[in-house]
Amino acid sequence: MSDTRVDPAGGFSVESLKANPRQARKERLIRDSLGATALVSVLISGLIIWSLFSEAYTFIVEVDWGSVWDIGWFPRRGIYDVKTLIVASLIITGIAMIVAGPLGLGAAIYLSEYARPGIRRTLKPILEILAGIPSVVLGFFALKWIAPNLVESIFGGPAAGSLLAAGIGVGVLVIPLVASISEDAMKAVPMALREASSGLGARKITTTVRVVLPAAVSGLMAAFIVAISRALGETMIVFMAGGAAQTAVYTHSPLDGSLTMTAGMTSLARGTDNVVGEGLTFQSLFFVGLVLFVLTFALNLFSDRFVHKVREQY
Amino acid sequence: MAKARLIGDRTSKVMVQAMERRSTDVRGLVFQITLLVTLLISLFVLGVLIVDVVMDGWGILTGRPGGFLSGTMRSLSDDPQLGVHQALVGTFWIAVFVAVLAFPIGIGAAIWLEEYAPKNRIARFIELNIRNLAGVPSIVFGLLGLFLFVKHLEDVTGGKSIASAGITLAILVLPIVIITAQEAIRAVPQGLKEGAYGVGATKWTMIRSQVLPYAAPGILTGTLLSMSRGIGEAAPLLLVGAVSGRLGSNPGFLDLSAINAKAFMAMPVIIVEWVQNSGRDPGFAEAAAAAIVVLLVFVILMNAAAIFLRNHFEKKRG
Repeated sequence: MSDTRVDPAGGFSVESLKANPRQARKERLIRDSLGATALVSVLISGLIIWSLFSEAYTFIVEVDWGSVWDIGWFPRRGIYDVKTLIVASLIITGIAMIVAGPLGLGAAIYLSEYARPGIRRTLKPILEILAGIPSVVLGFFALKWIAPNLVESIFGGPAAGSLLAAGIGVGVLVIPLVASISEDAMKAVPMALREASSGLGARKITTTVRVVLPAAVSGLMAAFIVAISRALGETMIVFMAGGAAQTAVYTHSPLDGSLTMTAGMTSLARGTDNVVGEGLTFQSLFFVGLVLFVLTFALNLFSDRFVHKVREQY
Repeated sequence: MAKARLIGDRTSKVMVQAMERRSTDVRGLVFQITLLVTLLISLFVLGVLIVDVVMDGWGILTGRPGGFLSGTMRSLSDDPQLGVHQALVGTFWIAVFVAVLAFPIGIGAAIWLEEYAPKNRIARFIELNIRNLAGVPSIVFGLLGLFLFVKHLEDVTGGKSIASAGITLAILVLPIVIITAQEAIRAVPQGLKEGAYGVGATKWTMIRSQVLPYAAPGILTGTLLSMSRGIGEAAPLLLVGAVSGRLGSNPGFLDLSAINAKAFMAMPVIIVEWVQNSGRDPGFAEAAAAAIVVLLVFVILMNAAAIFLRNHFEKKRG
């Protein structure tokens, strides 16, 4: 601070409290550029919506709607049966949740309520490593291990990949997700509730099942919805182990091979040259993408509600 | 005993028995064991997965590790020059794009949201928007890349190039970087900030000298996690147009002309490619497993470092 800005009497004047104008300019510049980086995310959302809608619009306007409700997904022959893809996506999601729901929730209850700190410190990181496994690796695993060792030998399905094999693979992928969000929800339940329950003479199991779980129910719901949304959007496992290559005939049997929304898009887009300029195949990608985007967006908003509810309670 | 006289001998006997009886809570025990089993199943799956992949790829990994790392894509699996070099180069450039684009923008956005953002509708909208972006399926980002960088910005990015792929993946991990950095910044104690203001720091000086150093381990954890997510992601790359079949050239790691060349490969994509090829040539399954081990080494190391870092600082700061 320069001398001229200090009151000669030795005290402070209003002037001396004012910021150096050069510094103030620098501060504003920093604030604004940081604000601009925050706006990038809004720009990205805008671009996603623009890209999906502009191409999907062409599809919606020009497509022969009879071909959107047909025998299967044969985009290169002009048959875009979205029903095939959606049913397969729902089957995959259902199987994944049957696998991941109990396993993820059980693991979460154990880690949050039963595990001693030392055990928790060793087991939890391993679960987090599982969360970091790339989905191509689980796709390989689903095709080369789950399909022959579980699906073929137990359910008598094909060894070369099926919706069931892919669904179990997706289930393994979302176990850590269910476990970590559920565990957070249960950890957020105040200790006083558990102590009160024990004080009334409840056993550990009673406290866990009748006090902790109901108190954490919003968070558990959020965990399941996020997992469903993730399973719907999972691509590589279904693409690799779903048992269908480029096209799929409508099926609702988990032991058959089929394409989900995501896998259908991927197989169509491989070698993009072939997609551009071939009737509506390119646009059909974006139409399916839009359907998927809207579904997952709704699920995410819904789960956000639940998370907020938990925060408000405690 | 005085108590026994008061409530009667009989009652007292029952009470003492009830309190001293060491009953085992069978139901509770079964419940606890069931829970432990569910957790162990998940860990068992992880173990089986790693053992399975390492065993499948063992032949290549021990037989010719150097040749596999420096080799290129081939049409036959028994070609001695089959390898992952092009894919490693592609993944390296993707990592560079993620680090250069997603990290600064993500951390900047997190600082703004935590320290500068006014409590109004616009800031809340941006927050909500970021949370939603984090939940958008990766393949939708692939569609964005295909539409924007391949179709409309072909002159800039070179179409189906590593630049398009890298920017797409940087966009994909951006929300993860922002959210983890926000959490780290939010954990900075208020006292540190007030202390900095107290000695006359401006807002930016306070952020630079107090908030960022304190939040650095948390931010680093987030960047490591998002990097490992970025290099393992395959779906958007397939949409942006990673090549299928043979890649003509094999650029070196620092060959800048490879950035907007019309074809690229990456580790997750080469795995998909070889798994698909294993239908006609089963030897490719072995190559895919070996490539998975190479990818997993990077991904698991990054994740383990992130988890260790977080646990270390959580413990230290109690």
